[in-house]
Amino acid sequence: MRYEAPATAKAAAKLLLGAKGSAKILAGGTDLLVQLRSGMKPPGLVVDIKHIAAMSGIKKERGGFRIGAAVPSAVMGENKGLGKAWPGVVEATGLIGSTQIQGRATMAGNLCNASPAADSVPALAAAGAVARIAGPGKRRDIPAEKIATGPGKTSLKKGELVESIFLPKRPPRSGDAYLRFIPRTEMDIAAASAGVNLTLDRKGVCTAARVALGAVGPRVILSAKAAKALIGTRLEDSALEGFAAACSAAATPIDDKRGTKEFKTHVAGVLARRAAVIAYERAGGKP
Amino acid sequence: MIKTKFKLVGTRPLRPDGVDKVTGRARFGADISAPGMLHALILRSPHAHARIKSIDTSRAEKLPGVKAVVTRDDFKLPEREDLVDICRNVMAREKALYDGHAVAAVAAVSKTVAREALKRIQVEYQVLPHVTDVDAAMKPRAPILHKGMRTIGAEPAAKKDSNVAQIHTFGHGDVVKGFAKADIIIERSFKTEATHQGYIEPHACLATYGADDRADLWCCTQGHYMVRNACAGLLGMEVSHLRVTASEIGGGFGGKTTVFIEPVALALSRKAGKPVKLVMSRDEVFRASGPTSSSSTDVKIGITKKGKITAAQAILRYQGGAFPGSPVQFGAMTGFAPYDLENVHTVGYDVVANRPKQAAYRAPGAPLAAFAIESVIDELAHKIGMDPLEFRLKNAAREGTKSSYGPTFGPIGLEATLKESKKHPHHLAPLGPNQGRGVACGFWFNFGGQTSVSLNIGEDGTVSVVEGNPDIGGSRASMCLMAAEELGVPYEKVRTVIADTASLGYNEVTDGSRVTFAVGMATIKAARQAIAIMCERAAKIWDIPAEAVVWEDGCAKPAGSNAGNFKPMTLAEIAGSAGSTGGPISGHSEATADGAGVSFATHMVDVEVDPDTGKVTVLRYTVFQDAGKAIHPAYVEGQFQGGAAQGVGWAINEEYIYGEDGRLQNPGFLDYRIPVASDLPMIDTVILEIPNPGHPYGVRGVGETSIVPPLAAIANAVSEAAGVRLTHLPMSPPRVLKAMMENGKGAA
Repeated sequence: MRYEAPATAKAAAKLLLGAKGSAKILAGGTDLLVQLRSGMKPPGLVVDIKHIAAMSGIKKERGGFRIGAAVPSAVMGENKGLGKAWPGVVEATGLIGSTQIQGRATMAGNLCNASPAADSVPALAAAGAVARIAGPGKRRDIPAEKIATGPGKTSLKKGELVESIFLPKRPPRSGDAYLRFIPRTEMDIAAASAGVNLTLDRKGVCTAARVALGAVGPRVILSAKAAKALIGTRLEDSALEGFAAACSAAATPIDDKRGTKEFKTHVAGVLARRAAVIAYERAGGKP
Repeated sequence: MIKTKFKLVGTRPLRPDGVDKVTGRARFGADISAPGMLHALILRSPHAHARIKSIDTSRAEKLPGVKAVVTRDDFKLPEREDLVDICRNVMAREKALYDGHAVAAVAAVSKTVAREALKRIQVEYQVLPHVTDVDAAMKPRAPILHKGMRTIGAEPAAKKDSNVAQIHTFGHGDVVKGFAKADIIIERSFKTEATHQGYIEPHACLATYGADDRADLWCCTQGHYMVRNACAGLLGMEVSHLRVTASEIGGGFGGKTTVFIEPVALALSRKAGKPVKLVMSRDEVFRASGPTSSSSTDVKIGITKKGKITAAQAILRYQGGAFPGSPVQFGAMTGFAPYDLENVHTVGYDVVANRPKQAAYRAPGAPLAAFAIESVIDELAHKIGMDPLEFRLKNAAREGTKSSYGPTFGPIGLEATLKESKKHPHHLAPLGPNQGRGVACGFWFNFGGQTSVSLNIGEDGTVSVVEGNPDIGGSRASMCLMAAEELGVPYEKVRTVIADTASLGYNEVTDGSRVTFAVGMATIKAARQAIAIMCERAAKIWDIPAEAVVWEDGCAKPAGSNAGNFKPMTLAEIAGSAGSTGGPISGHSEATADGAGVSFATHMVDVEVDPDTGKVTVLRYTVFQDAGKAIHPAYVEGQFQGGAAQGVGWAINEEYIYGEDGRLQNPGFLDYRIPVASDLPMIDTVILEIPNPGHPYGVRGVGETSIVPPLAAIANAVSEAAGVRLTHLPMSPPRVLKAMMENGKGAA
């Protein structure tokens, strides 16, 4: 197993492109190292991106935030401006693992690990986050929800890596929230999850919404129908009921050790409803 | 006579193993290495049930760095009947009987080489139909695990092979007549899923087998004499040729009362001629150590309108994995033990299924029975509008009650726990919406057993207690306290060590909540023997008869003025001159401890159920239990809390989940959900002390009773909060939500 720690994204891309066998990117390592220890065939090449300066910071850009792919969750959690602008995204990332894991785990790693139950992904999708991809050619930007194509699979091509994730500038009176269901209180994985991001007008009527569901399909589900159930409402009970039903209808879970299909379908709606109420209040809406 | 006045017993000094454990100096099973040591790994069956047609290890043996490979061919089936199933479990023979069953093992110069070697072992399986569910295993056409197994205790005698190994029955009176007298009868069926003890430390050992056929084994176990006995039997050794040393133990809860990897490591070491270290992964712990049974139980209880039980009956079915020996017998014995019953009848079916062979888990078998029975008791109390505590008091077993399993109780503390819980602030606190309160009682026998203790008086007056039971719940602190109490020296002057199997006589396993009772009694007796010797030495110095010397406050004193006027001699003074008065001073006790005292508990718990998701949150928990005498109350409280905490996991989220293919789907702590710290409230404890006449200080075992009531107490609380009776554990969110929705209670 060859280990490389390049200083630029370009160099990292070159290494990845030139790799003969399998190649893995090491950011926080909270997935990769665990997989290696549990018997995964070691990759031929490991590219550590923590020494790439451009990928190690949080920068303000055009009123939004650009978060480097090697930024640990704990650093995001301590960035006050980011937490104020995108509390749902920061909270979602803050749910990954334990306090110790938070010191290492990265949001981009969570995204590229492509787990259907990844906590940060529904929040990113709801936020309209954009991933910047570095590779052999020109950098390109794609929506965060387009990275994972299925469990453990991404749309990244050989030689490509996520360099940063961009959270855009928000209109006034916007709020986001993320909730997951776990049978315990900590140290667990979502049986269902929901990220909601919405914007209100001066009267508290929802004018824009993005709704994403996690762990209830092979990849994150961005539901325009569910979002539509919120737009034009003040999140009255009747609207929320319709919204929860729309979310449940959008969910396509499977029966597994983490719960039955019926359970996850129902709870996806419950969580989305609860997250919508939090997002609404964060946007300044009065319940 | 039971001692009642104490200077040290009942205080809470620092634990003697605390510094080692918080600084990392304590050595657990995997912490030991030896020069030239090899690393071993085990190949395990991926099938729930399969005939092993052939095993070809030649390609593995040819791999450079591989020093030994063992399979079924390296283990002769032992003549001793008690070891046959253990042998078959340690290494599969004709058939693999569960997912994870060991099929071969390798020892190599590194784990990497060992891992590669496992891949090169070719096993030819013929996959057979399997069964993992207890009720399915009992069906007439179920796949049979063991050809030739006939149900013991069947009437008429069994004529066909069956997965039911044995039927146990208990009880007295006539339940048919009893039910005829009842005004109200409730009958219900219950199920529980299998759980694991969830100890933090995986099984680990280091075996060193010498060319002279003498061997040493270091391992993590609850009983190293048991390990010696089993391994010697499986390897055809004489017991004294195998010395076993117990490491510090990172939890056992009954799960480390048998052998899994130790005989394999020894066999590999014998073959390789080098030390072999073998450490289970967590995945292996779940798939191939000894979880507890899953169960299916039918309960029927009849009462009068005034709340007197007229008849009680239970049919219990426990699958204990691939071999006979589920703890159904204990379930059938304990379930009704808290009640004074005229007519009681229980039947227990011991069932085999394609799962790992169960091992003991804290009061084995009792929590499952208590869950079913205490749920029906709760429902009956509510049905006649009586406080569930009052209902239990009305029917409670007392001194003189003929127990449901036979013996008549001596002084017992059940009534005391019930009365105490009735007046506790917890019982009187108000509940909010979606909240419920449950109570339940529990019983465990407790045990004594074979025990050896040596107590050595050091030349400076300090003391070492040498015992042979791994310290799993604070026993070293308790032994130090009891020795110091007897000898009249400070706690800090006594050190208790756990000796290896060559250094002390036989000791039974740390189980049955026996250690503080039996080893404690032996420690007291050994101290008293040392005191007698010290009195003799003083008598010798003073030249008076030994009977004229008494021991008080850590000193030998003349018994009275007519015995002579001598200055009392301290323990240190007598010890210092021992060389000239007759040599080293030690006390011993070697005996089979009888007189263990049963223990009862009542638990009270408040929960809240989220009507939208079925998620249960435990809000408040109080344990009331009889300890006989709490030697070190902080440890007693720890035992109470530990049992309750494990019960919370068992009741709410823990379960073995098998797929259609018979493979375990959740062999890890991510999807096998033991409670994390934030899942639990502070568990309050109330220690009651109704002395056990069988112990010099009145001690009763406390470690196991605490896990008997929680499943039922939590089920009763959840049932109240959810508005529907929950009869299937664990009460995980999908199960609770489904029950609520079917009952029309859940929010749509």
